[in-house]
Amino acid sequence: MYRSHVLVCGGTGCTSSHSHEIIEKLESEIAARGLQDEIKVIKTGCFGLCALGPIMIVYPEGCFYSEVTVEDVPEIVEEHLLKGRMVTRLLYDETVQADEIKSLEQTKFYAKQKRVTLRNCGVIDPENIDEYIAHDGYQALEKCLNRMTPDEVINVVKDSGLRGRGGGGFPTGLKWSFAAKNSADQKYVVCNADEGDPGAFMDRSILEGDPHCIIEAMAICGYAIGASEGYVYVRAEYPIAVKRLQIAIDQAKEYGLLGENIFDSGFNFDLHIRLGAGAFVCGEETALMTSIEGNRGEPRPRPPFPAVKGLFGKPTNNNNVETYANIPQIILKGAEWFASMGTEKSTGTKVFALGGKIRNTGLVEVPMGTTLREVIEDIGGGIPNGKKFKAAQTGGPSGGCIPADLMDTAIDFDNLTAIGCMMGSGGLIVMDEDNCMVDIAKFFLEFTVDESCGKCSPCRIGTKRMMEMLEKITEGKATLEDLDKLEELALYVKQNSLCGLGQTAPNPVLATLKFFRHEYEAHVVDKKCPAGVCKALLNYKIKEDMCKGCTLCARKCPVGAISGTVKNPHKIDTAKCIKCGACMESCKFKAIIKE
Amino acid sequence: MEMVNIKINGMPLSVPNGITILEAARYAGIEIPTLCYLKDINEIGACRICMVEVKGARSLVTACVYPVNEGMEVFTNTEKVRKSRKMTLELILSTHRKDCLSCIRSGNCELQKLCKEFGVDNEHAFDGEMPEFEFDDSAAHMVRDNSKCILCRRCVAACNQQKVSVIGANARGFDTHISSAFDKDLADVSCISCGQCIVNCPTGAIYEKDDTKAVFEAINDPEKFVIVNTAPSIRVTLGECFGRSIGENVQGKMVAALRRLGFDKVFDTDFAADLTIMEEAYELLDRIKNGGTLPMITSCSPGWIKYCEHYYPDYLNHLSTCKSPQQMFGAITKTWYAQKMGIDPKDIVVVGIMPCTAKKFETKRDHQAASGYPDVDYALTTRELARMIDTAGIYFNHLPDEEFDNPLGEATGAAVIFGTTGGVMEAALRTAVEALAGEELESVDFTEVRGQGIKEATYSVAGLDVKVAVASGAAAAHEIMEKVKNGTADYQFIEIMGCPGGCVNGGGQPIQPAVVHNFVDLKGRRAAALYEADKNLPKRKSHESEAIKRVYAEFLGEPNSHKAHEVLHTSYVKRPKYK
Repeated sequence: MYRSHVLVCGGTGCTSSHSHEIIEKLESEIAARGLQDEIKVIKTGCFGLCALGPIMIVYPEGCFYSEVTVEDVPEIVEEHLLKGRMVTRLLYDETVQADEIKSLEQTKFYAKQKRVTLRNCGVIDPENIDEYIAHDGYQALEKCLNRMTPDEVINVVKDSGLRGRGGGGFPTGLKWSFAAKNSADQKYVVCNADEGDPGAFMDRSILEGDPHCIIEAMAICGYAIGASEGYVYVRAEYPIAVKRLQIAIDQAKEYGLLGENIFDSGFNFDLHIRLGAGAFVCGEETALMTSIEGNRGEPRPRPPFPAVKGLFGKPTNNNNVETYANIPQIILKGAEWFASMGTEKSTGTKVFALGGKIRNTGLVEVPMGTTLREVIEDIGGGIPNGKKFKAAQTGGPSGGCIPADLMDTAIDFDNLTAIGCMMGSGGLIVMDEDNCMVDIAKFFLEFTVDESCGKCSPCRIGTKRMMEMLEKITEGKATLEDLDKLEELALYVKQNSLCGLGQTAPNPVLATLKFFRHEYEAHVVDKKCPAGVCKALLNYKIKEDMCKGCTLCARKCPVGAISGTVKNPHKIDTAKCIKCGACMESCKFKAIIKE
Repeated sequence: MEMVNIKINGMPLSVPNGITILEAARYAGIEIPTLCYLKDINEIGACRICMVEVKGARSLVTACVYPVNEGMEVFTNTEKVRKSRKMTLELILSTHRKDCLSCIRSGNCELQKLCKEFGVDNEHAFDGEMPEFEFDDSAAHMVRDNSKCILCRRCVAACNQQKVSVIGANARGFDTHISSAFDKDLADVSCISCGQCIVNCPTGAIYEKDDTKAVFEAINDPEKFVIVNTAPSIRVTLGECFGRSIGENVQGKMVAALRRLGFDKVFDTDFAADLTIMEEAYELLDRIKNGGTLPMITSCSPGWIKYCEHYYPDYLNHLSTCKSPQQMFGAITKTWYAQKMGIDPKDIVVVGIMPCTAKKFETKRDHQAASGYPDVDYALTTRELARMIDTAGIYFNHLPDEEFDNPLGEATGAAVIFGTTGGVMEAALRTAVEALAGEELESVDFTEVRGQGIKEATYSVAGLDVKVAVASGAAAAHEIMEKVKNGTADYQFIEIMGCPGGCVNGGGQPIQPAVVHNFVDLKGRRAAALYEADKNLPKRKSHESEAIKRVYAEFLGEPNSHKAHEVLHTSYVKRPKYK
C-alpha cells in the first residue's frame, strides 16, 4: 500500500517536454528521502490538456500540477510529498478555488467531457496489464467468449449505433456482419492506427495510454467475425505507441489473453504489429492492406470490399483505433448505455484534437451532438489574445471549415456532412481573424498534393493543378474565371478520384470557397489578402509621422531594403523587400505597418 | 451462367452476373474508353477515363473494374461523363510532352485517339509544372521516355506477368514515375529485353531502339551487299501495320516490299529455322544416347536465354548450344553463302526482321561471329520494317505477291510454326522421331504441343519414351525451371519462349490497342495463320528441305559436326540480377 500515487503523463506531448526526466528525478528525490515504499510514481497516458504539459497529478489529493519542470521536482517532493504542503504556484489555476482544490471534473476543460475511449488514459499505467484488468479489462472478452454467440456480439455492436471513427462513419456492427457472413479458411481483423491527419493524435493517445483496450476489442471482433489473426498497422512515427502496444501484446500472450484457447473457450487469436513507413494514403483501408501485404501502399478499387476480399485476399474487418476503443465498454455496459450518449444517428462520444488558435490545445472527448461553440469556448477556453473566431477546420485535409455563424451546429456525422464538412478522424483546428482562408486551403492542399500516392490521374495531377491555381490566387495573379475553373476542377477531383484521399482532397478548397468566397475575391479582384497573410499581396510601409529615425529597422533588415538617415524618417524599398516582417517586429514606435 | 438484368443508356440487357460494366457495355455495342485497363493483368482502375454514371451511386463509377448487379442502370454518354473524361484527358495532357508530330506513336497512340474522340480542343487547358524525368536509353533494345508516360502501369503489369518485375512505380504523387528499383538504369537490372512493356504501352513512352536509319544507309552504300531475312511470324503480323486483319498471311507482299526497299537479297529466316531443327534434334538425340544433361531446353528465344542467365544461372548447361535461327542465318550467310557467291563477309550486311526486341540484344552477344564479323548486323522489329515501307512510299496493299530468293529462301512447314509456342517442339519432333524410328511419320501433326499454356506430352519412339514440355512467357519458364531445379522435371526436351504465346506475341510485333489485347485472341489468330501456312506447304519436315541437304553436303558435313559447332553453336554467361 502506498500513501500517495504520483501520476505523470507519458504521452508524446509531455514526453517531448521531458516528462521522462521528471519521472527519473521524482524517483531519485523520493528515494533520497527514503519514501520509495510510501509513494508510487506512475507513468500514464495522455491527460488531454496538452497545452499545460508536462502534467503531474498527485493522489489522493488530486492535485493537478501543470507545466512542471525538472527543477520543480525537489520542491514538489520536499513540500508536498514529504511535508504535505501543496506547491500552489504549480497548480492548474482552474483547480484552485479559495483554499481548496476543485476536482478536475469541475474544471471547464473536463466538465463537459465524457471520457469513454479515453477513460483509462491518464489513469492507468499502460505498461502494466494488471492495472488494465483492475479497470474491468478483458471482462468484455470473457463475456463474449463464454456467454455470447458471435451473432449476439455483432447485434450488440449494431444496436449501440457505433459508427466508424476513422472518417467515413460507416456503422461498425454492419461492417462486422459483412465480414462474418463471408466464409473462408482464414479471415483477418485489422486495426488502422495510421493516424495521419495533421494535428490529430487521438489514436496515438489511446495506444499510448490504454493499449490493452485495442487488443481486447480486436479479439472480440475476431470472435464475432470468425478470425483468428489480427494486424495493427501503426505509424513508425509513433514509437511510444508501438512500444507500449508491443509490451501489451506480450503481456496479454503471457496471461493467455491472446493465443490459443482464450478463456478455455476454444477461441484462438493472435495479433501482429506492422509499421507504416509514413505515407498518409496508407490510412485508406485498401492501401493499408496492400502495405501490410508487403507492397507499395496504394489503394485498390472497391468492390471487392475488404469484407469479401481484403488482406491477403481474405475477408477482413478494418476499424480504426478509436472505434475499437469503444467496443469493450459497449459489451460490458450494453448497447442502450452507449446509444444513450450522443445524437440519434451518431451515438456515443467523439474525441477531438484541439489545435490552432485556441487556449486549451489538447485532446477532448465529448458526446456527439455537442456544439462547436461548447467545444471551443467552454472546453477549449476560447481564442487567445482577444482575437475573434473565424472558422474551425474539422477532418484535416479531408474536411472543411465551419464558419462562425455555424458555431452552434451540433457536431455529429450527418450535420457536418450537411454543411460540406466532415468529421474525419477528429482533428479540430481553430482559426481566428489573422488566418487567411485561401492560405488555409492552400496549406491543406499542399499536404494532399504531397501525400497523393500517384496512382490515379485526378488526384495525382488534379490536386497539383489546384495547388498551382491557389498559388496564383495568393500571388494576386488570378482572375475570376480562375476561381470558377478551380471550383470546377475541385468538383471533378472529388467525383473522379480512386480513393478517399483524392475524393476528399478538394474539401478544404470547396468549403472555403463556399463560406469565404469573398476572401478569394479580395485576392483576385482587389489584389489584397484581408488577413494580411499572403506575402505577395502585402507591402511593409514606414509611417513617416511615427518614425523616429532610430535606424533599428534598417539594421535588422536582412536584405538592406530600408534606407534613411539618423533621426529622419526611413523608407522601405518594396522591390528589395522580402516581406519577412523583421522590421515591423523590431520597431519600438509601431511606425511600420503592412497593408 | 447466372444472368442479371441491367440497363445501359436506357437499353435493357441481360448479361452474365459479375462481369464488369465495361464488358457488359460491349453486349450493348458500346465501347467505353480505357487507358490503364488490361484484362486480368492490370485491373487497377487508375486512369479514370472509363468513368460512367450509375443510378444511385455517390460519384462516378469505374466501368473497367465495377461489376454489374441486378437492376443496375448505367449511363455511358451523359454530359457529366463526357465532361469528366475530357477533363481527365486534359489533365493527363498537362503532364505529357506533347511533341505528337514527331512521336514514334503518332497515329497509333491511344491517348491521341481519345483526345480526338472526346473533343479535346485545348491541349494546354491545365498546363502547369511538368514533372522532370531521366531519359533511359541504357538498354540495348529500348528507350524509356517518362515525359510521355501517363502512368497507366500497363508496362509494369506486363513485366509482372512475365515474373520479371524489374519496373514499378517510384516516388509518389506528382513525382511518381516508372523505373527500376532505386532508379537504376534498365541495363543494370535483370530486364530480359522481351519488349512486352513496349507492345502494351498506349503512348510513346517506351519504344524500341530504331535501327532503320542505319539499314537505309547500308542499302544506299554501293559497297555493301545487304541481305534481309524475315522471321517466321512476321508474315502473319506485318499486315496489321497496313490495316489488314489480324492473322492474315502477307508473305508475298512482304517479300515484294523488301525487294522494293532495295535489299540485295530477300531471304527467309525459316531456312535457318530448319537448320536449327537439324542441329537441335541431333543434339537432343546425342544427349539422350550419351548421357548428356537433360532435359535439354531450346535456345531460339533470346528473351528466354537472358531470363535463364539472370534467374537460373546455374542451369545454363540445360540450354541447347544451338544459336537462334536469326544468328544461324547470319552465320551461314557470312560463311557458306559468302564463299559460294565470292563476296567478302565484311561487305555483307545481314538484317533480320524480327518479332522481337531481345534480338537486338542478341546481335551484340559474344560468340556470335562465325565469319569473324557479327553474324547479324541489325535486328529490326516488325514495326521498324513497317516504318521503312511507309518512308519509302511503298503502297503495301497494292503490291503483287512475290517469292523469296534462293537458296536461303527455301523452307518447310516445320520452320513456319517456329513463330508460335509449341512450334519449335513440333518441328523438332518431326525430325527427331523420324530419325529415332528410322521410318517416315504417318502424321506430322503433334497437336498435343499446340495452344496456350504449359503443355506436356510423351511419345514412344523405338522403345524410348520421350517426354516433352512446352512453355511460353517468362512466368511459365519460371514454373518449369523450378521443376528443373528441384529435380522433378522428368522431361527430355523442353521448348521455352520468352513471350507469352511465343513470337507471334513478341515485343517487336505491331502494337495493338488495349481493346484488342482485352477482347481479341491476338495470339491465337496470329498462330492459326502460321499453322495454316504449314499445312499448305509441300514439305513439312526440316530434314527434307533441299536447301538444308545442300548446306550439309557442301559445307557442314553432318548435324553437330565440328564445322557445325564452329558456325552454328554458341555459349552462355551467368548474369547477376543487379549490377
